Amino acid sequence: MRPVLAVLRKDLRLELRTFETLPAMVLFSVSTFVIFHFALARSTISGQLAAGVLTVTLLFAALLGSGRLFVAEREQGGFDAFLLAPVDRTSLLLAKAAAMFLFLAVLEVVAVPAFALLLLGPSLGPRLPGLIAVLALADLALAVIGTLVSAIAIHTRARDMISPIIGLPLLLPALIATARAAAVVLAPHAAGTPPGRWLLILALYDVVFALLSYAVFDFLLED
Amino acid sequence: MSYGRGLRVLSFVTIATITLALALVFFYAPLDVNQGFIQKIFYIHVPLAITALCGFVFGGLLAIGHLRTGDRKWDLRSYVAIHMALIFGVAGLITGSIWAKASWGHWWVWSDPTLVSFLIVMLLFATYQPLRFSIEDPERQARYASVFAIVAGAFVPLNFIAVRMAQGFVHPRVLTLTGGHLPGSMGLTFAISLIGIALLYTTLWKYEIAAKQARMQLRRLRRAALGEDALRPLGRSAAPS
Amino acid sequence: MTSVLAAAPALPLHTAGPYVAAAYIVFVALILIYVAIMARKLTRTQRELRELRRNLEVKEDPEPSVHETSQRSERAQERIA
Repeated sequence: MRPVLAVLRKDLRLELRTFETLPAMVLFSVSTFVIFHFALARSTISGQLAAGVLTVTLLFAALLGSGRLFVAEREQGGFDAFLLAPVDRTSLLLAKAAAMFLFLAVLEVVAVPAFALLLLGPSLGPRLPGLIAVLALADLALAVIGTLVSAIAIHTRARDMISPIIGLPLLLPALIATARAAAVVLAPHAAGTPPGRWLLILALYDVVFALLSYAVFDFLLED
Repeated sequence: MSYGRGLRVLSFVTIATITLALALVFFYAPLDVNQGFIQKIFYIHVPLAITALCGFVFGGLLAIGHLRTGDRKWDLRSYVAIHMALIFGVAGLITGSIWAKASWGHWWVWSDPTLVSFLIVMLLFATYQPLRFSIEDPERQARYASVFAIVAGAFVPLNFIAVRMAQGFVHPRVLTLTGGHLPGSMGLTFAISLIGIALLYTTLWKYEIAAKQARMQLRRLRRAALGEDALRPLGRSAAPS
Repeated sequence: MTSVLAAAPALPLHTAGPYVAAAYIVFVALILIYVAIMARKLTRTQRELRELRRNLEVKEDPEPSVHETSQRSERAQERIA
């Protein structure tokens, strides 16, 4: 556990000092909301359309952020240092996924109110608990897959291309579940509770891919 | 090293089975009451799709073998399995599209969850070769490809469950005839077609592996007999060498 | 289930025929393309094998001019050593 916290603390401190990733993700999300306003030619959206816009925006912001996850390790020899240290290698996976999850959570603290302000028709307040439940599970999925895909892509040549094309199909089931669940929450007239079926699929997806990533991550770090 | 052991017998059995399947499709299986002659596409489309999906999972299992033993032979087997499954999958997508056009008048329908899941799986595995190609170190290439194959292979069943649940309540499955509704003669024809396509996959898989191993051995012989300069440099490639 | 399938009309044979034919032709075409690619690889491998065999035969039973050159280089090496 301690190596995980150590690496996590390092990443958070790095982000606080350099502000490389988070502001970009936030700006990207808000700009995307504006783009959607013009692309859809709508002032307010609700229901499935709103859920779709929010999900897609978060997805692309997450892919943007995950691309930067391992860059420091790659460029400054962090991988070698980690391999030499007498720690369990999967702690790097846990630390990076945790960092990604925290970044997404902070992103949503800004982006969801922005979304409510700019595009969402129905009011956000009563819908917040349901939305938080859906987004928490979605963030887990984005964090796990984002970390896995970023670790695969970091040693390839076309790094920024490879991670989205692998990540997007992998994330599709999670995205389907997120968008469908959020649609019920963001319904125009009554704030629905997210249907259990989709939350169950999201939870299942998170568990399966977390276990899978845990199993294969070692092989990605070997020299 | 004997390449393609049992390949000749396998080829004959494959050809025989496929010929039998074609005969059954066109002369034995009854005409479907609702779809008519169009339904015959079912006997080529569904086996292709099922074989492709099983091929992807098979590739993932072989990749587990590679990571556990470190022997690059397994990586070759996994690569060929996925490569073949991709080709069968493309054939499955094309035949499915033709069936959709004939049945519904559109080349693509979102209402069939099986087709949609299949498209997603194909999109994922289409990245396998670009991934391999972008990693230069062959040992690392093999290792990362195996990791990808395992994750993607596990993804296949999950994806089908998710998409089916997403579409299930809005559009019923229309392009497939599920087992419970297939009359006996159709069932037999389908079974033989499936076995034939699966045999074809296995034959081509073994054949491709034998050919690649022969070429690798030839390269090694040239290097041993004539020295390093006699070899034409390989350059970057997605295939294991 | 069958009532849903009834929504897809059964096309008469002369319109349905081309679609079914197209599907099966796609299948056969892919197989033929694969066979053609493998045939080309096979001829290339056979050609390389023949070249390799020829090269090895030259090395084992060298022609006189080659023999002289190797003798000369051997003497040169002895002088250097």
